[in-house]
Amino acid sequence: MAGKVIVITSGKGGVGKTTTCANLGTGLAIRGKKTVLIDADVGLRNLDVVMGLENRIVFDLVNVVEKTCKLRQALIKDKRFENLFLLPAAQTKEKDAVKPEQMVELCAELRKDFDYVLIDCPAGIEQGFKNAVAGADQAIIVTTPDVSAVRDADRIIGLLQSREIQNPRLVINRVRPEMVRKGDMMDVNDVNDILAISLIGVVPDDESIIISTNKGDPAVMDSGSKAGEAFRNIVARLEGEEVPFMSLDYDLGIFDKIKRIIKM
Amino acid sequence: MDLIGKFLKDDTTSKNVAVERLRLVLVHDRANISPGLMEALKEDLIAVISKYMDIDEEAMEINLNSGELSAALVANIPVKRIRR
Repeated sequence: MAGKVIVITSGKGGVGKTTTCANLGTGLAIRGKKTVLIDADVGLRNLDVVMGLENRIVFDLVNVVEKTCKLRQALIKDKRFENLFLLPAAQTKEKDAVKPEQMVELCAELRKDFDYVLIDCPAGIEQGFKNAVAGADQAIIVTTPDVSAVRDADRIIGLLQSREIQNPRLVINRVRPEMVRKGDMMDVNDVNDILAISLIGVVPDDESIIISTNKGDPAVMDSGSKAGEAFRNIVARLEGEEVPFMSLDYDLGIFDKIKRIIKM
Repeated sequence: MDLIGKFLKDDTTSKNVAVERLRLVLVHDRANISPGLMEALKEDLIAVISKYMDIDEEAMEINLNSGELSAALVANIPVKRIRR
């Protein structure tokens, strides 16, 4: 089999790349897809703690590319899910400890055994980004509805095109329906119009993400979590299903309309 | 109807300000194309124009000028002779 290698990137930090990676990976594994998550953020690893696997690390990405251990020795098997594995980043190395060619080789190796290889890309557009995208054939861009994140996402789209990763797909994270309703946050259409790439998911801002990250259990496991549901929908879309976008109830209520008129 | 529309549509919401500012800043960001791409464009232009006229390739200038709301490709191509 030849699996898909998808990089999860954003340009700007703190928009939810790692959370998205953890949730999509977990969601795919729950659906029975053999999935491996690669933390490409060498020096600032975090996917391990978000996944709750931080105590099980023996070897890491740098050990693998330097061939000081075998690939399968460094893969941490998630005991909760049959099909889920993590390749953690090194914490005490620099970004240039890994080269793009090594990532290409690693991804080629992994795609033989896995349905999905998800790469958690570091923030920025330097070496770490170049490594993370080198072996990928698809990209998911995560943004939040604010000017700086959208601007950086636009830059990343341009960079991906010049690297021949076509048709990146967009996740708009941390949407706050109440603020959208009041006209104080860009809505899905605004962001989508500006970036003009295909949308694969809209994730509401949700406290359950903080709680699930505290515990190391991705929100996608929690059937009561709104954000978890949004991530499950993205997983289904990755698998080619047509799932309607969740209604975030944007309509301006009559009271808001009256309030707005009075304010004028 | 127009009046009601005006009341309900408020252009000064902070999100409309955000959209407007983003559109502007992205025109500038996107106008920054790489020198390599510019060079390739220049070569292609020379190839096409040379079919119809002799041009002074040395003196030819191509620039991408970005204005407030748009970007324009400005080319200054001295013509030596028109082919007939």
